[in-house]
Amino acid sequence: MKKFLASLALGFSLLAAAPAFSADAPAAAAAAPAATEAKADAAPAAAAPAAAGAPAAAAAAPAEAAPVLVPNKGDTAWMMVSTILVILMVVPGLALFYGGLVRSKNMLSVLMQVMVTFSLITVLWFIYGYSLAFTEGNAYFGGLDRLFMKGIWDNAAGTFANAATFSKGVVIPELTFAGFQATFAGITCALIVGAFAERIKFSAVLMFMVLWFTFSYLPIAHMVWFWMGPDAYSAKEVVDEMNSKAGLIWQWGALDFAGGTVVHINAAVAGLVGAFMVGKRVGYGREAMAPHSLTLTMVGASLLWVGWFGFNAGSALEANGFAALAFANTLLATAAAVLSWCVGEALMRGKASMLGAASGAVAGLVAITPAAGNVGIGGGLIIGLIAGFACLWGVNGLKKMLGADDTLDVFGVHGVGGIVGALLTGVFSSPSLGGPSAMGDWVTATMITSADFSIASQVWIQAKAIMVTIVWSGVVSLVSFKLVDLTIGLRVTEEEEREGLDISSHGETAYHG
Amino acid sequence: MKLVTAIIKPFKLDEVREALSGIGVQGITVTEVKGFGRQKGHTELYRGAEYVVDFLPKVKIEAAVAADLVERVIEAIEAGARTGKIGDGKIFVYDLEQVVRIRTGETGTEAL
Repeated sequence: MKKFLASLALGFSLLAAAPAFSADAPAAAAAAPAATEAKADAAPAAAAPAAAGAPAAAAAAPAEAAPVLVPNKGDTAWMMVSTILVILMVVPGLALFYGGLVRSKNMLSVLMQVMVTFSLITVLWFIYGYSLAFTEGNAYFGGLDRLFMKGIWDNAAGTFANAATFSKGVVIPELTFAGFQATFAGITCALIVGAFAERIKFSAVLMFMVLWFTFSYLPIAHMVWFWMGPDAYSAKEVVDEMNSKAGLIWQWGALDFAGGTVVHINAAVAGLVGAFMVGKRVGYGREAMAPHSLTLTMVGASLLWVGWFGFNAGSALEANGFAALAFANTLLATAAAVLSWCVGEALMRGKASMLGAASGAVAGLVAITPAAGNVGIGGGLIIGLIAGFACLWGVNGLKKMLGADDTLDVFGVHGVGGIVGALLTGVFSSPSLGGPSAMGDWVTATMITSADFSIASQVWIQAKAIMVTIVWSGVVSLVSFKLVDLTIGLRVTEEEEREGLDISSHGETAYHG
Repeated sequence: MKLVTAIIKPFKLDEVREALSGIGVQGITVTEVKGFGRQKGHTELYRGAEYVVDFLPKVKIEAAVAADLVERVIEAIEAGARTGKIGDGKIFVYDLEQVVRIRTGETGTEAL
């Protein structure tokens, strides 16, 4: 009866929003409005965020008809490719990375949880997720302007809405932006399953994901990433108003290029809470639970590395210098982390292991995520080196201290790596340390000068963003897991756990004989 | 008739096989097994989790032979399988009550 009520409640909450596939004029408050009303601003002074391509025009008077912005084909193509790369990161990248680490009797359950979670979140994203994250609302949540993606394209007129990038006058189709962001939501949720693998109920995973996605992922994405776009900053007079419409953490000036907070810390905390609340695996600490295929784990880690170029460099939203910087950092930081994890392990125990190298790669990727387009290459190298050592501690010393059975070290890698990366982003974004600085004035698109950049204040802002994320995700996870436990239960029975989730939850075996 | 069973190191299989056919043993059965005696296992490390693996891969050979051949079989296996290091294995000899060749129905020593 409880299960039935829970499913009903879930179903009704999804249907609650009236479908509104209106083909009418696009909603005025799109995530980054850049439709026909866009004003062409004066080209900014030589500023780092190449606003090249912005039509050189006098500051537009409100009554003047401004040129219609057309998506840049190179940028759009790059964003589509980036989206594909991020999908590759999840299926099969993350699926295999995680799958190889569990016992063979649970392989399929991990593959299922990753793939089905990703699919579920993608669907919810296109129903209400995108709207609540990337439209104008308040400082914590967006609005319902893009519910069911209404207004994102006009099939009668044959026009597509545009989304802003970080350069004035440069747009990509909003559908492309929404699709790209859908994969971020999907992978964030899929990451969490590693923490409670091998013992959680499949339906509990899905129910938890709906709740956590809605109440943790969406608001944090909105708080950190939502803003009105560079074209909205047309004159000094509107700056305060435009700032006030942005997400809370964006307003603080936190730098999170591709999701150190939104994705990694967010998911890691949820995973840790889950590991505590679901409880340890039967036989943990006594029985052998060695990975059944480190070969597949390596394949997964490699796909993650390759796909991450889309994750990081795609977060530049354009195929420009910042994408190139993010690309280079994604390559260098990861390589550095592989080396530092291997060195750390060799020093600790005499041997560098394949699992260590693969984990080092992921640690570097996680740490460079908030930093990718925000730090120079030297900063990227150092971030990678530090992340390898920090996360090695995270999966050893810290894990013992925390005492939870975080099966696949979600917190040890994504939590520690995300926190380290987010903090170091505040350090290495400084122009004095080779970084590109942070935006000082969106009207003229000028960066904060080296003299004015304060590492201490930026690091403090980063720390605030990290703390809000940890607390918000922690509380939402706690409540969500509790709700799931009270309605459908979190764990399978001990017999089912011993038999293996593949058979007991999915009626299949991964390998025969 | 006797059943001679030997647990040996896997890489010694070919030498033992040759030694046995050299003294006229017609056929053997080989199984892959795990086990340990005095030879220590190894430690595996997966991130923070350390596992001591005691079981080592071995090969079990079984040969059904006439009782008068047993001594030479034991010598042949010993010679083929010995490395002089711990873990070389052991030979067990069981009494074999009946043997049947399935194709022809022959029994006893003719079936060996």
